[in-house]
Amino acid sequence: MLALNETWYLVLAAMIFTIGSVGLLTRKNPLVMFMCVELMLNAVNLTFVTFSKALDDIAGQAIVFFVMVVAAAEVVVGLGIIVAIMRRRQGANADDISLLRG
Amino acid sequence: MRVEMFTFLLTAAICLAGSAGVVLLRNPVHNALSLVATLFGVAVLFIQQGAYFLAAIQVIVYAGAIVILFLFVIMLLGVDKAEGLDRDPILGQRPAAIAAGVAILGLSLTALLSVGSRVTGQASTLAAIDGSEPNINALAKVLFTDYVFAFEITSVLLTVAVVGAVVLSRKAGPAIDVAEFPEGTTADLLQAKYDAAAVEQEVLEEVATEDETPEGEAETTEEALR
Repeated sequence: MLALNETWYLVLAAMIFTIGSVGLLTRKNPLVMFMCVELMLNAVNLTFVTFSKALDDIAGQAIVFFVMVVAAAEVVVGLGIIVAIMRRRQGANADDISLLRG
Repeated sequence: MRVEMFTFLLTAAICLAGSAGVVLLRNPVHNALSLVATLFGVAVLFIQQGAYFLAAIQVIVYAGAIVILFLFVIMLLGVDKAEGLDRDPILGQRPAAIAAGVAILGLSLTALLSVGSRVTGQASTLAAIDGSEPNINALAKVLFTDYVFAFEITSVLLTVAVVGAVVLSRKAGPAIDVAEFPEGTTADLLQAKYDAAAVEQEVLEEVATEDETPEGEAETTEEALR
């Protein structure tokens, strides 16, 4: 049986990141696009933690902490924007929102 | 080792199925629930690698707060209807996206698998995880010494995000009535108001003397007029 080492985690993170990026490029619902961004961020977090363990360095986990904070802030502002847009135009998708004016 | 491998494979399957669900399912609510599965799987992988604090944060903040926020917005906007995935507005968008995905995966897998089973890079000498202290203590130590400035900036960022969200999602109030704000300085306006009140007072006094009513009744009239 193959031994479990860092490469397994990194490959899994690469897969999650790829799925997230493909979803971000194909989906049109802004909410689902945000979820795909969350997937990508989580894949990167997993990579950080894996390297933190492999290189025996706690700094990797500190970076993950900051990534989570930034992700939370991003979601709050992004959902605020989406709510503001959807109030004005029901059922808008990412392709409809192409003008930078109200 | 066998248990670790089993846990990893099971969790990896959950993660991949969850992320596939986020991309492929049509209903936004199902997407959000798939996202929970992936986030939970990543939390398990964090625990497996000794990042206990981050695993707890992952479950509490991500699965607990962020996904709930997503669900709130989905319900608030009423967009929990299936989205037609068959319409492709930009010609060739989907094949191009899949090609980009294959390229990203191919590149990263090549980079990962070509170096062999060990991670390259310099092992830490300063912030080593020696296992003598709990994970939370080690993380707190580095967070409040080396990264304390970043930590403070983080608090500013969160405040800005909250204020921004309030400003963005606030409903616009009624337009300001210009008649309510006549021209002139505040002092002038107050003076005019004071003069008007004085004139009114004089009129009332005149009325009171003309009618020759008792003091108490005059006051009552005055109050009623006001």
